[in-house]
Amino acid sequence: MSMIEFNNVEKYYGKFHALKNINLKIDQGEVVTIIGPSGSGKSTLLRCINGLETVTSGQLLINGYDLADKKTDMNKTRKNVGMVFQHFNLYANKTVMQNITLGPQVVLKQSKAQSEEEAHKLLELVGLNEKANSFPDQLSGGQQQRIAIARSLAMKPKALLFDEPTSALDPEMIGDVLNVMKTVAEQGMTMVVVTHEMGFAQEVGDRIVFMADGSILEDHSDVAGFFKQPNDERARVFLSKVIKHM
Amino acid sequence: MFDIFANYGGQLWSGFGYTLLSSLYALIGSLVVGTIFALFEISPNKVLRVIGHIYVEIFRNIPLLVIAMIFYIVVPQYIAKIDGFTAGTIGLTIYTSAFIAETVRAGIEGVPVGQMEAARSNGMSYGQSMIHIIMPQAIKIVVPPLGNQFINLVKNSSVLAFLAGFDLMYQGNVIASTTFRTTDTYFAVGLLYLIITLPMSYGMRYLEKKWSAERSED
Repeated sequence: MSMIEFNNVEKYYGKFHALKNINLKIDQGEVVTIIGPSGSGKSTLLRCINGLETVTSGQLLINGYDLADKKTDMNKTRKNVGMVFQHFNLYANKTVMQNITLGPQVVLKQSKAQSEEEAHKLLELVGLNEKANSFPDQLSGGQQQRIAIARSLAMKPKALLFDEPTSALDPEMIGDVLNVMKTVAEQGMTMVVVTHEMGFAQEVGDRIVFMADGSILEDHSDVAGFFKQPNDERARVFLSKVIKHM
Repeated sequence: MFDIFANYGGQLWSGFGYTLLSSLYALIGSLVVGTIFALFEISPNKVLRVIGHIYVEIFRNIPLLVIAMIFYIVVPQYIAKIDGFTAGTIGLTIYTSAFIAETVRAGIEGVPVGQMEAARSNGMSYGQSMIHIIMPQAIKIVVPPLGNQFINLVKNSSVLAFLAGFDLMYQGNVIASTTFRTTDTYFAVGLLYLIITLPMSYGMRYLEKKWSAERSED
């Protein structure tokens, strides 16, 4: 059974057709990068996976639970799927430590001591142990994003979603965040990454999905092959534009 | 003016006490009721949103005096016997709660959407996200305008004078009409209102300063 499975999913915002007949299966431990021009539905697809958007029709199975079914308890399924946002969205009223431990304490009912012990391990992983008592607005964008990754990992999710995690960062911060993501991927985490970082997609991704106008046009396990020779004309045009700027 | 205090001090301080008491009840009541209707207004549930909207639009658009009169005259006729003090305090609570609902709603909506999305995808329910993430941030946004509402509330409690509510304004009217020393009396009354409202004003300023200092330290 796939961990994440889209079957004929359609999504409308009013009259706007945001996702068109999406069929996508993601297995445990896979790292899938999603690329495509802006407005192609990449973020919408990602946000559907943890219920921030609801699908209009079709079937969206997460660990076998259908998110399109109103009877599915969204809070329960969300526990298994973490999300890292473009603008980090750290809790502004909490310290770094509290940002990481709040979910485990409130949702997983962990003790303060236990959640803090695990938070220190995660801070070690993202290389920011000395920032435990800082507030988010005291950190750089890159540091905030690494904390956001630590916050998601603290929930011990089965899958992590990344919505353009490096798009809002200054260029010199991007490497640190990508390195953390690579480490997480190497530990076997299932990851779905919407990104413009073609280097990351090639190096870390097991699979690449190209979207345009709400549809999936390409879906390849041979990532390097896709970059050399995309089948779809729009993918070719997109890659030529992106790579020119690299 | 000081002999007004000497001769009618008991009456004035009694009025002061009723004004203080009515304001305190209405402040707590309107904060609770106002926050509930604010949560209705932003609720994901459409029925609750409509109810919240109707409540706010009705009670903030009718003069306080009319609301108070309805509780003083209409309610005792059909529902339950209540005195002027109670009628006025209920009217004041309902009227002020409509404004507080709008203030609190604006405060909650002032917290960036990403905070709620992060909390939800962190596994928290809507209620948990509200309690741990949204409300603590909304409070800091809401305190300055809320302070203004509370100061208005204290001044608006003078509506009790129309309902024989024995408040400060009521006693002032009584003293003025017996002594004919209107100037001195109303100056004394004004002074007593200031005793309540000025500390509130400065308390709000203090909180605002303290919180903005905390933010820049952060």
